[in-house]
Amino acid sequence: MTDASMPENAVKTSIHTLDARTKKRNAAETRFKAYGIAAIAAGLMMLVVLVTTIVGNGFGAFQQTFITLDVELVEKKLDKKGNRDIADIKKVSTFGYAPLLRTAFVTKVDELGIETDLKSKSMSALLSKSAPAQMRDFVLEDVSRIGQTVEFTFLANSRIDGYLKGRVTRESIANDKNVSVEQLDFVDQMVEVGVIEKRFNIDFIIGADASDQRPEAAGIGVAMAGSFFMMLVVLCLALPIGVAASIYLEEFAPKNWLTDVIEVNISNLAAVPSIVFGILGLAVFINYMHLPQSAPLVGGLVLTLMTLPTIIISTRASLKAVPPSIRDAALGLGASKMQSVFHHVLPLAAPGILTGTIIGLAQALGETAPLLLIGMIGFIASNPPDSLASGLLDPNSAMPAQIYEWAKRADPAFYERAWGGIIILLVFLVTMNTVAVILRRRFERRW
Amino acid sequence: MSVKLTVSAVAIAAIAATSAAARDQVQVAGSSTVLPYASIVAEAFGENFDFPTPVVESGGSSAGLKRFCEGVGENTIDIANASRKIKDKEVKACAEAGVTDIIEVRIGYDGIVFASDINGESFEFTPSDWFLALSDTVLVDGEIVPNTNATWADVNPAFPAQPLAAYVPGTKHGTREVFEDKVILAGCEATGAFDVIKAANGGDKKAAEKACIALRTDGVSVDIDGDYTETLASIESNKDGVGVFGLAFYENNTDKLQVATMSGIVPSTESIATGEYPVSRPLYFYIKKAHIGVIPGVKEYAEFFVADEIAGEDGPLAAYGLVSDPELADTQEAVADEAVLGANM
Repeated sequence: MTDASMPENAVKTSIHTLDARTKKRNAAETRFKAYGIAAIAAGLMMLVVLVTTIVGNGFGAFQQTFITLDVELVEKKLDKKGNRDIADIKKVSTFGYAPLLRTAFVTKVDELGIETDLKSKSMSALLSKSAPAQMRDFVLEDVSRIGQTVEFTFLANSRIDGYLKGRVTRESIANDKNVSVEQLDFVDQMVEVGVIEKRFNIDFIIGADASDQRPEAAGIGVAMAGSFFMMLVVLCLALPIGVAASIYLEEFAPKNWLTDVIEVNISNLAAVPSIVFGILGLAVFINYMHLPQSAPLVGGLVLTLMTLPTIIISTRASLKAVPPSIRDAALGLGASKMQSVFHHVLPLAAPGILTGTIIGLAQALGETAPLLLIGMIGFIASNPPDSLASGLLDPNSAMPAQIYEWAKRADPAFYERAWGGIIILLVFLVTMNTVAVILRRRFERRW
Repeated sequence: MSVKLTVSAVAIAAIAATSAAARDQVQVAGSSTVLPYASIVAEAFGENFDFPTPVVESGGSSAGLKRFCEGVGENTIDIANASRKIKDKEVKACAEAGVTDIIEVRIGYDGIVFASDINGESFEFTPSDWFLALSDTVLVDGEIVPNTNATWADVNPAFPAQPLAAYVPGTKHGTREVFEDKVILAGCEATGAFDVIKAANGGDKKAAEKACIALRTDGVSVDIDGDYTETLASIESNKDGVGVFGLAFYENNTDKLQVATMSGIVPSTESIATGEYPVSRPLYFYIKKAHIGVIPGVKEYAEFFVADEIAGEDGPLAAYGLVSDPELADTQEAVADEAVLGANM
């Protein structure tokens, strides 16, 4: 050890003036902060682009073009025998109702004094293909309505709707055999007198899917019900099973190689791709247990398998976060192990468990891949379920599956609906995540 | 906690109950080409009958027929849609699983069109052009050599010097087979490559056909395994691309695509119905006879599908792009009689 001596030529520096090395270090720090801000800015920008694209593309789906017409429900066409027998009236298919629409259009045009060269067939082509079905349902509801003249509000054909929304233009239909420039001229005239108008379309939110020929009539409502029933199954199965499993593993199970193996496997399961659960569901629930295809019950069971690991992991984490002193105090006062867990530890861990569950559910809500294999993707236009059993067992789709289905159809009008569906799905996901955050903020305790 | 346990008990009880309950809606799966037609029919069927709307899934002809042949029973599908005829191999597989009586229903014809970006160059193709563009090997000066054509001008001097890029349906699609048979193979024969390959293979016709339809694998020909929307997206991102579409899909997207002629004929429902336009194929669906009378609505659905007001010339299917079958009356009769496959062969 020698005395540390200053080098002869050392420059005396003050701590108030920065030397080159400090400057370099400070610059590095500033640079790093700039990188961080740039990263956040890039992330935010992508979010803004994403949200504006989604809203810009999907907003149109919430509005729809409607045509108001007075239709005479001609007795000669709808009830030839004139005895109002429902069985006979049912025999008149939707094709039998179509001519009434042509007459209604001609009457309307005469009444308003609109001049047009269009034939009545080209006029009624402006209507959605769902219009005759709408009339038929109306008549079958109450057969005494035959003979009356009723005001109906029909959906307009997707091309006409696209014209009012600016998606279809006179140039773009040059090669389109489904709509002509004359028809668009006629639409302009009708819009002026208020027969054709664009307004909010509740059917998009509550309605069922429609076939390729009538995108204007398609709605996401029934798929939403399908998603709801699946989430119900997931909640009812995954929450109790997940919580029970984690309480046992965390509080009661001995620590040995077996529990270690289980623990590792649960963590691994959380990373298994969801399509694997779909194949499992097909093999076990449908082929072996003979559960019905396309049923939300099966979808729910598959998603339960997928969500379980997430719930178990988050529940165990929140149980672990409860300090041992709470358990020791309870035990010290004479509580049994079970009492200490259920009366003291579980309530304190509840906010964390709920948060984990909600996030697991939100994940399951947006899942599409496993549903491919159990028949929940396709044309499924069932009626809205009327009971718990029909909700669980009748074929149905789910929101993300419906969006996927729409995105691959030929008519560009479906594309708009796919974006609209994404808006609804995102509203659900954001709501669920917000609830999770609020729960955690309000009830979480820190020690 | 106990409330939740009760609810889950209800769910489990529901599981047990379903094993006994009968399915009351028709289940259909198969070709994505037939899907739009089947969904139009299913929707109208649900509206006009007291039966629930049938469930129609897609996934491709082969996948649909595979599920169809899984066996007889409530948890198997009732009807398979196909954009090609069922193969003997599949009939055999069906029989092994107990699906013996199959009713074949031809619903009409579908045209396959070649289309490119609306603002790009327009094309007038012949099958030979496609063979020269996409085949793995081509005939040059009497020799079979690897295909090195890089632009359409290399293929046919009349074409612009636009780089070759083709989006063709993947092998799980029924459309691929038609494309191979009616375009590539036809082109192979027309260019004379077929005879040379056949001679090289010692006169083996099968081997020659197989060699003819082998497409090049250097990225010029891209297999699209998804739907036509994916093909359309590929063309939108690569404006030089030419894609293979169904006629109905093209007719719904005339603002983005321009169609090419084949051997001088513009594809349309009329030119396909008369047989002038060469690339078309029949569409089918197959019914399990064993399910008629067990699953409510199976026969009614089939009869409704082929009825004049649906599949006829003025029906909604023709309006969507299906070329109606001139022999529809025979098909209606066959469905009414439940004539099974192979019975009258």
